[in-house]
Amino acid sequence: MIIRPKARPGINGQPAVRAAKAGLMARLKEQRLLYVLMLPAIAATLLFSYVPMFGLYMAFINYSPGGGAFFRQFFTTEFVGLQWFEYFFTNGDFVRIMRNTLAQSFLSLLFGFPLPIILALMINEMRNGWFKRTFQTVSYMPHFISWVIAANIIITMLSSGGVINNILTGLGIVDEPIAFMQKGPLFWWIIALGNAWKDMGFNAIMYLAAISAINPELYEVAKVDGASRLKQMLHITLPSIKPTIVILAILAVGGILNAGFDQQYLLQNATVMNYAEVIDTYTYKYGLQNGMFSYGAAVGLFKSVVAFILVITVNQMAKRMEEQSLF
Amino acid sequence: MIRDRKDFLFMTFVYAFIVAVFIITFYPFWNVFIISLNSAEDTLRGNLYLWPREFSLASYAQILSDSEIWTAIRVTVLRTIIGTPLAVLTISMLAYSLSKRELVAGRFWTLYFVFTMYFGGGLIPYYMVLKSYNLIDNFMVFVVPGLMNVFYMIIVRTFIQGLPQELDESAKMDGANYMHIFFRIILPLTTPVLATIGLFTAIGHWNSWFDSYVFTYKPELKTLQAVLVKILNQYQTGSMVSEAQQMANSSKRLAVSPDTIRMAATMVATLPIIMVYPFLQKYFVKGMTLGAVKS
Repeated sequence: MIIRPKARPGINGQPAVRAAKAGLMARLKEQRLLYVLMLPAIAATLLFSYVPMFGLYMAFINYSPGGGAFFRQFFTTEFVGLQWFEYFFTNGDFVRIMRNTLAQSFLSLLFGFPLPIILALMINEMRNGWFKRTFQTVSYMPHFISWVIAANIIITMLSSGGVINNILTGLGIVDEPIAFMQKGPLFWWIIALGNAWKDMGFNAIMYLAAISAINPELYEVAKVDGASRLKQMLHITLPSIKPTIVILAILAVGGILNAGFDQQYLLQNATVMNYAEVIDTYTYKYGLQNGMFSYGAAVGLFKSVVAFILVITVNQMAKRMEEQSLF
Repeated sequence: MIRDRKDFLFMTFVYAFIVAVFIITFYPFWNVFIISLNSAEDTLRGNLYLWPREFSLASYAQILSDSEIWTAIRVTVLRTIIGTPLAVLTISMLAYSLSKRELVAGRFWTLYFVFTMYFGGGLIPYYMVLKSYNLIDNFMVFVVPGLMNVFYMIIVRTFIQGLPQELDESAKMDGANYMHIFFRIILPLTTPVLATIGLFTAIGHWNSWFDSYVFTYKPELKTLQAVLVKILNQYQTGSMVSEAQQMANSSKRLAVSPDTIRMAATMVATLPIIMVYPFLQKYFVKGMTLGAVKS
């Protein structure tokens, strides 16, 4: 590889700058094919990620579907400042929506975070063979199906004539079938357990990867010392994957506003709406279904900004932790 | 090796836990499967656990004779076979360019892409922009916006960076340009990781319902999952009606209750995935691990 000295314009004075510029043009010319390879991705990202970001300006105007082309309205429609945000914070929905979003995220973490760790530890203890392989394959299954299918399955299992009610009444635990899907507060738990069910097996992959990197000599030494398997798990395996656990925990907290959309939208019904509505479903309903486009955009912008700050903060924390665990 | 009583107890616990997870994971699929194979009238009696009581393929016959389902299957298959290779190509071409240390403004472009992982315009402006591009009610809305995925790009880039550098350099000595190197040398070497992101992308296409549900109105652009959402919605509204009324309705109307139909439709949408992902397991496990290391 040809090593090119990095030009530092400004420090070395005029001639160096000119040389660097000429060098830059030459390098660009040499690399034009690299840029050709990047072009489709650059264009797609510009069109479908950055242009919508500029489109967020609609949260500060009074967009109306009949008022002409979308981007033209940025100049022709009245600027309303923070009116839509004010409306969101004061109309009473804000508290309910945030409560539902945070409660569902928190409960999802409560189950969805520890379960993959426990599962990975247990899989690690299994003897290698067909059963282990089959089990792992089956454990990924719920991850690969859509929430549409998962919602269909969950609703069927929890219906009044479904398996869970059959078992509960059959064992005499309850006299009447429980209408699981019609009880507001239960909705949070159904979402949390549904999330855990869907992703537990798949999320265990990360931990299994961390476990496979543990030095086998540690176990040999422990065996010589007569440590039981439980002791080995608690004192070798678990501490060894602690850095992974900490980092994934921090990152999970960063996504707390992303409670989801599919699962809430597909599992909800009119009776549980007070508990089911989260930020993303709310944005969709008001923004597209009820035609309050600018209001929906404002709610979405609020969420994007808060989520962005959260993620950046926790990523910094994770980075610091990673450095600490490395050195 | 089980060495003593303590280990025996521990291993019993391990396998009990695993078996419990196995049942919780697998049984719901099995239950849906047997309901879909049971006769509709008999299903109303409930208490179906392990096997169909009155075996019947009527539900499958009914949904597969519905032209709406076949249109949906066609749209879904088309978007998957068109969208997946285009996305894999777009992503891997970018990953290769960004893996080059000498790339001019490489840091800027990395930031340009990674930023979109953390911030976006949200649904409403996105819809408006699609409308401005004339993509609403257009098949291309299934393909073009899905060309890029930053997370997959990072997985591929990490993989390419792990390839021996000499490959590239010796080809360059022989006068091959970047385009040649990418298509002739790098692309064949990256098949394992391309299989991973290809699988994820294909499953994403197969499973996606929201774009069809929200960005299209024409019935001929509804995907399989979007049709399934419609069936689910009908059921949800139906369950608001009293149980007895529902039973009366369904036994009066036809031999196939909405329940078995819904289960059969669910199976039609699920089976292709269950048949594909196990064969690519070794790739995606490796791919996930690779991606995890970097991000």
